[in-house]
Amino acid sequence: MRYPAFLQRIADRADVQPARVLTFSINGQDVSAREDETILAVARENGIPIPTLCHLDGLSERGACRLCIVEIKGSPKLSPACVTLPRQDMEVITNSDRVLDYRRKILELLFTERNHVCSVCVSNGHCDLQALTIELGMTHVHYDYLHSQHTVDASHERFSVDHNRCVLCQRCVRVCDEIEGAHTWDVMGRGHLSKVITDLNQPWGESTTCTGCGKCVQVCPTGALSEKGKSVAEMTKKRQFLPYLKLMRGEEQK
Amino acid sequence: MSRLRVATTWLDGCSGCHMSFLDIDEKLIELSERIELVYSPLVDQKIIPENIDLALIEGAVSSESDREEALTLRARSKVLVSFGDCAVTANVPGMRNQFKVQDVLSRAYIENSTSGNVLPSVFVPKLIEYARPVHEYVTVDLFLPGCPPPADVILSTLNELLEGRFPIPIGKTRFGA
Ligand code: SF4
Ligand code: SF4
Ligand code: SF4
Ligand code: FES
Repeated sequence: MRYPAFLQRIADRADVQPARVLTFSINGQDVSAREDETILAVARENGIPIPTLCHLDGLSERGACRLCIVEIKGSPKLSPACVTLPRQDMEVITNSDRVLDYRRKILELLFTERNHVCSVCVSNGHCDLQALTIELGMTHVHYDYLHSQHTVDASHERFSVDHNRCVLCQRCVRVCDEIEGAHTWDVMGRGHLSKVITDLNQPWGESTTCTGCGKCVQVCPTGALSEKGKSVAEMTKKRQFLPYLKLMRGEEQK
Repeated sequence: MSRLRVATTWLDGCSGCHMSFLDIDEKLIELSERIELVYSPLVDQKIIPENIDLALIEGAVSSESDREEALTLRARSKVLVSFGDCAVTANVPGMRNQFKVQDVLSRAYIENSTSGNVLPSVFVPKLIEYARPVHEYVTVDLFLPGCPPPADVILSTLNELLEGRFPIPIGKTRFGA
């Protein structure tokens, strides 16, 4: 079976047989899945909510944000649902106090790493990160903020990047590589000091690979990437193109 | 019935949260039968009284005087609310935290000033290194995010507190709201 590129990594696993079906349980509910489906995909098919940030339908999985963590009975560690495949008879819990507590902590840490000032942000009211504060019940941050210094690159004719708002989800990196085929974006540095860069850390406006398609801006979950000329709360993202492109690529490969 | 003794203060913020409080309009009249505003920028009282039942703090803690105010209010109040985004996250006042205090001051009073080139030194409280959320200095009992929190959420929160309940404002207001 040929896979679209964004699923190829899972399909390359020798132990995974897409034709085989297994059963396991999520929150005590019995579910069935193909062997190559992630826990996240199966949960969503069954209407069981799991919060996500770096996951986006139509892009490969990166497992970057860890907000989708779930408990697997018998395992001491929590596993990210978007990159974990179920096994026969596995017992998955998506909503234990431990899981909810860690998700909120992870979210709070995202807020401490960069500088989020929702009231003056282009994405105020249309931001996936902000929406997660409500979904996960975060009313404040328990940790000290890092107050780190970040730059804004507005050298591109139509778009700008504000690293103060970036959560390093790498959706921009993936869409530019996997869908647009330009691979303008990548990541430089390590840990919380990492940074998304265009080309070889050159100003976006001087990038020789960027086609100006704007896909990265539209998939960015936060106010980090925006269209120029948008003021506070004006940046709404349009993501309708993704399922369409995914569909087209599926058709193409048949 | 004795009225609830309420204090409000405005630290490093824009007063917007207090304006939103006033936006509950005619409901203020009903509310005034149940609460007594014992200390607030809205009343003429310069010294923080003792025995406060409920204190609302707007604004981040940015100066020595903010810090003292927060500590005193905490010591004299039964319940303390972090009121609005500046109090909860440092919000806009916190945007200076990426820079050194000295650089911020000279940007405002020297580089961008047309009238003089002296840093203010008398009558203004000394800025501390970072503008920080209230809960980094004192224990907070209830967080009310929002820039500002909407008037109806302020009213419903106060009503709940008057009934002795602790409302969780999640879903009714959010950061940046
Ligand atoms: S990116 Fe989202 S969470 Fe961050 S400041 Fe903007 S609206 Fe708020
Ligand atoms: S505009 Fe298009 S080509 Fe340019 S960086 Fe974004 S996704 Fe890549
Ligand atoms: S710029 Fe946006 S899409 Fe790219 S990593 Fe940062 S938050 Fe994610
Ligand atoms: S959605 Fe699974 S790690 Fe981000």
